Amino acid sequence: MVSFKTNFDFKPLLLLPLLALIALPLIDSFDTWLTLSVAGLAMGMIIFIMASGLTLVFGLMDVLNFGHGVFIALGAFVATTVLSSMLDWTQSSELWRNLVAVGVAMALAMLAAAIIGLAFERLIVRPVYGQHLKQILITMGGMIIGEELIKVIWGPLQIALPLPEAMRGSLLWGDASLEKYRLMAVVVGLFVFAFQAWTLSRTKVGLLIRAGVQDREMVEALGYKIRRLFVGVFVVGSALAGLGGVMWGLYQQNVVPQMGAQVNVLIFIVIIMGGLGSTGGALIGALMVGLMANYTGFLLPKLALFSNIALMAAILLWRPQGVYPVANR
Amino acid sequence: MSQSNVLLSLKDVHTHIGAYHILHGVNMEVPRGEVTLLLGRNGAGKTTTLRTIMGLWQASHGEIHFNGHNITPMRTPDIASLNVAYVPENMGIFADLTVEENMLLAARMSSRANQMDEDRLAWICAMFPAVEKFWHHPAGKLSGGQKQMLAVARAMVEPRDLLIVDEPSKGLAPSIVQNMMDAFRKMKASGVSILLVEQNIHFAQQLGDSVAVMDNGRVIHAGSMVALTENPELQKSLLGLAL
Repeated sequence: MVSFKTNFDFKPLLLLPLLALIALPLIDSFDTWLTLSVAGLAMGMIIFIMASGLTLVFGLMDVLNFGHGVFIALGAFVATTVLSSMLDWTQSSELWRNLVAVGVAMALAMLAAAIIGLAFERLIVRPVYGQHLKQILITMGGMIIGEELIKVIWGPLQIALPLPEAMRGSLLWGDASLEKYRLMAVVVGLFVFAFQAWTLSRTKVGLLIRAGVQDREMVEALGYKIRRLFVGVFVVGSALAGLGGVMWGLYQQNVVPQMGAQVNVLIFIVIIMGGLGSTGGALIGALMVGLMANYTGFLLPKLALFSNIALMAAILLWRPQGVYPVANR
Repeated sequence: MSQSNVLLSLKDVHTHIGAYHILHGVNMEVPRGEVTLLLGRNGAGKTTTLRTIMGLWQASHGEIHFNGHNITPMRTPDIASLNVAYVPENMGIFADLTVEENMLLAARMSSRANQMDEDRLAWICAMFPAVEKFWHHPAGKLSGGQKQMLAVARAMVEPRDLLIVDEPSKGLAPSIVQNMMDAFRKMKASGVSILLVEQNIHFAQQLGDSVAVMDNGRVIHAGSMVALTENPELQKSLLGLAL
């Protein structure tokens, strides 16, 4: 008789409190630790938004898209244009006016990234299905071309992307300083995750995506055209990268054309740690990367990037296919 | 055999996989409403034949006709949409999904579990009780026999004209093999045509109406199962053993 205790593996979830608890005595001050933890969770949520589409793209069609960063940069630059043309709204001290401005920027950034994502899939990714080396080369090439086009449109220099008036500043809790924007980023990230989780677990399309990640050939044998599904996932993934780009730009308060390539490294660390094709794994991976970057940035600033690579190595020693490996892969 | 009695036919089908020439001109027919067995030693080309029929590998030459359609150039989802169900050798179970979700995926007309045809589900669950018993459990946790039952049950969740199964008895306990045979008989009685690749010769003998024997990428014998069963010399020459 088969025994079914539980289907859910809780162990990876424990990594987050474990990491936070290890950092607490090292940081010494509880308020500083709380500030860093909230900042880390916010950073992790933004990275998750950017990475979640990429992990599904890889999981569903085995496509290594190193050009994902261009959608992030595009989203951020679209936001600079939108928000600079809505100064009345962004400089207002009324929160709802700020939210409308950021909402419009997010919507247009997602639309632009989705359209460019559709073209990117058609022109760059589709000819190299099943050819990993060519995928790496051509998608990196696509990202370089995208960066240069961004320079043509917006110029090669850094552009400021200030936070709208009411989103600036911090809430004080004891001596801990919790930045308003970071709290908002956590909320937006949770909303995106909840929406993805609902779609993947409660809809037929989500079921097809989960099945396709495991065995795309069998999904086709059941009568579904998986390439159409893949195009849909690619476009949604690109739109989410555009949304993440807006949030990352506002987080950094400036944007540069190379920002996509810079964030790409973090995103790949996240999706490898999470288990390629796993959105739940990507969330855990992103939050760990965010926390680790903030803790080491405070404790050992010179080791900030290395710490994430070390974290990935440690995770892969524990689970070589990531924290939530996808079955049948 | 008259054309109207033939559901599936392969004419001089060749398949290349990369540099390898696997099928060397396969000719065979699957009669409507019968169980057809595809026999042969390992490496004879049986699985390649099934995958070529399903469009998972493209035929490089020859024609495959199903129910009046030339399906040779068609893609797998379009072939499946003609009411062809396929169970691969590895069963193709989605291990991370529940039994219910596996069934729902195969029910193309239903977007939710409660939209699946209840009478048909009851019919399937009567043949494969494990499907009902483990309905809400992850498919990856089922035993090998339960997974095979789920794979065949899933293939039949909606009415199909042709059911193709690659080695349904492989690695199964005798009681489950018997269960599987009973199920195939019931499916045949309901009007489904069945094409099975099989290594278990006794399973084949009890179930098959017609048989095709493959070797070196060709069909070297085709006829009724009764004729093969009654001719020990033919069995020895084709299969290397008597049934």
